[in-house]
Amino acid sequence: MKDKTTPKTGWLGLPPLAVGLGAVAAIAVFGWQFLLAESEIAVLGLVALAAVGGWALGKTGIQDSLNEAMRSHGRSMNGAILLGLLAVIFLLGEEHFPLLMLTTMLLYMTVALGLNVQFGLTGMVNFAGAAFFGMGAYTAAVLTEHTAVPPLLILIGGGVIAAAIGFLLIVPVVRTAGHYSAVVTIAFGVLFKTFLEVNDVLGGPQGLMVGSMSLFGWDFNSSPMLLGMEMSFYANYALLGGGLAVLAFVLTQRLERSWLGLTLDSVRLDETASACFGLNVVRAKVLAFTFGNVLAGVAGALYGMMISFIAPNSFTFADSLLMVSIVLLGGLGSLWGTALAAAIVVLLPEKLQILQEYRFLLFSGLVILMLLFRPQGLLPRKVRSYFPSWRAQQ
Amino acid sequence: MDIGLLGQYLANGVMLGTMYALVAVGFTLFFGVLDVIKFSHGDVLMLGSFTGFTVYIGVLAMGIENPWLMIAVILLVSIAATAAVGALIARYLVLPLKSAPPLNILLITLMLGTAIREAVRLFYPDGSNPKNFPALLPTASVDLGGFALRADSVILVGAGIAVIIGLNLLINRTRLGLAIRAVAQDEETAKIMGINYTMIVLVTFAIGSGAAAFAGIMNGLYYNEVNFGMGLLLGLIGFSAAIIGGLGNIYGAILGGFLFAGLQTVGAVALPFASAYKDVFAFGVVIALMAWKPTGLIAERSSDRV
Repeated sequence: MKDKTTPKTGWLGLPPLAVGLGAVAAIAVFGWQFLLAESEIAVLGLVALAAVGGWALGKTGIQDSLNEAMRSHGRSMNGAILLGLLAVIFLLGEEHFPLLMLTTMLLYMTVALGLNVQFGLTGMVNFAGAAFFGMGAYTAAVLTEHTAVPPLLILIGGGVIAAAIGFLLIVPVVRTAGHYSAVVTIAFGVLFKTFLEVNDVLGGPQGLMVGSMSLFGWDFNSSPMLLGMEMSFYANYALLGGGLAVLAFVLTQRLERSWLGLTLDSVRLDETASACFGLNVVRAKVLAFTFGNVLAGVAGALYGMMISFIAPNSFTFADSLLMVSIVLLGGLGSLWGTALAAAIVVLLPEKLQILQEYRFLLFSGLVILMLLFRPQGLLPRKVRSYFPSWRAQQ
Repeated sequence: MDIGLLGQYLANGVMLGTMYALVAVGFTLFFGVLDVIKFSHGDVLMLGSFTGFTVYIGVLAMGIENPWLMIAVILLVSIAATAAVGALIARYLVLPLKSAPPLNILLITLMLGTAIREAVRLFYPDGSNPKNFPALLPTASVDLGGFALRADSVILVGAGIAVIIGLNLLINRTRLGLAIRAVAQDEETAKIMGINYTMIVLVTFAIGSGAAAFAGIMNGLYYNEVNFGMGLLLGLIGFSAAIIGGLGNIYGAILGGFLFAGLQTVGAVALPFASAYKDVFAFGVVIALMAWKPTGLIAERSSDRV
């Protein structure tokens, strides 16, 4: 931060908490309007508004107030963000497509958080994110169609299968470093998609049907009634996907702040030095790799159940690259950055249909510019602050 | 299995091996001089074969009928254009990031590869469909005990091996090669000795990309088809080949290329119930090899400095 002595009263003399709550409300309203916007003009206008807003945030000192609010009123802010997400889901209640987009965004965010632990914290780049995502989805397909396993267990099953298959890669991934490790995951990602395409049991190129989610006897494909209003059945998935994303976020945040996170950071910065200080490098890498794969698997299982039909083409190398782009655009190791980048990467092409065809080109170009001119990402990760007054005001 | 079929597999394997080795040599050259992986190599190759295809249409329109002249023009233009693209990539994307973490260059070139692939798909006329590359080489064949050895295969393999040998001579026998090896060994000392560092890096990238363009044309002539997605798999195979051979070693790249082709062929022959799994099998073996020899079969000489 530029200014070390952040004033207790922030922007325009308002207390930081007020600024923070206002910002959350503004972002929620923005998200709601953005997801509802129909015409290209409206979408472009909103994008421009967001760009100006983001620029102004840094210029007017609102950002400092926001940081202060997050630091000293963490719990209220987190609660407000959660409420904001719920409000957006309920406001979108009847709209199928916006809710589908929102849920997809939340699930991609979950995957990207896992990749961030692997790549941003531990320095192991995983180019098979879409493959682990796909494993979850295919697990869900097989389990819902052929067994009577309760769907909630299937979600966990997706994670377990992804972790188990990830274990097959553990030896090459942990033993190799840098480029050599990259080729292992790239080869695996391509291998996985090729395998799905030629395997008749798993539906070949045509793919598989996936049964729907149900929780405590409530089928997710039926529309919930709320206050006399019939909501879209996607609201179920949006709520569960939101829960999953929040859970993943909290877990990742705790992991980063814990001693484990510190270990992962130190392994990334210097493996040899970490080993000299008695850190178990192999254990740290296995932990990070498995953590990320589990998140991808669970998110994939829910994704499969939501779209109810999956094919190998949804889990290509290009999709893995898109997930890595999310991590890079947001900023390595930056969790809020990941959330922001997931929103940009998933929602923008869906809303701007002209961009849909060009999305891989657009985002690859964007990441190239990012790596050249702002390698720390949109919301760079901050230096750890373990000072004593941290969260002292709660 | 009868001899004829075996011969067919062998001929096909040698052809693929030559192609993969040409791609892998590029990866290994880039890694040698700059310690970077340029993952857009496969897509640069695809660009080379599309350039070749475009030139073919142009030459046809100019009324040139002689196939040998056509091939010469196609090769010349395509290699020159692709070499220029390779040098531009090195100048504007790779060199600026030289001091950044090494993975950033891998990432930026991965993204560049995607950008090139998508650009060809979207902006080349009807780019999303495969193009019929012309069969310009003579297709006469000799019957060798049950399998037909075609003249075009022999010419392609011969030319490919000649290019590999030529590259090897260039690296090991010429002044330019000496400069490249000097830069690869120690950048600072090479600069002190009066070697134009930037120039050598650009030339190396141009040479590697030119070799890729040659492999791309070879691929087009052999399969009589080019498509925008061909570079991804070829690039990945070339990368894997360079890696299992051992990065930075030209013999490793050749070994890796032929090894990968051998694996694919063995996969196709030995898994009769599912020859569709040959790529799965080959990549599976690559991953297993990485677990066994984490720095490739012919390991890098240098060790980590602590």
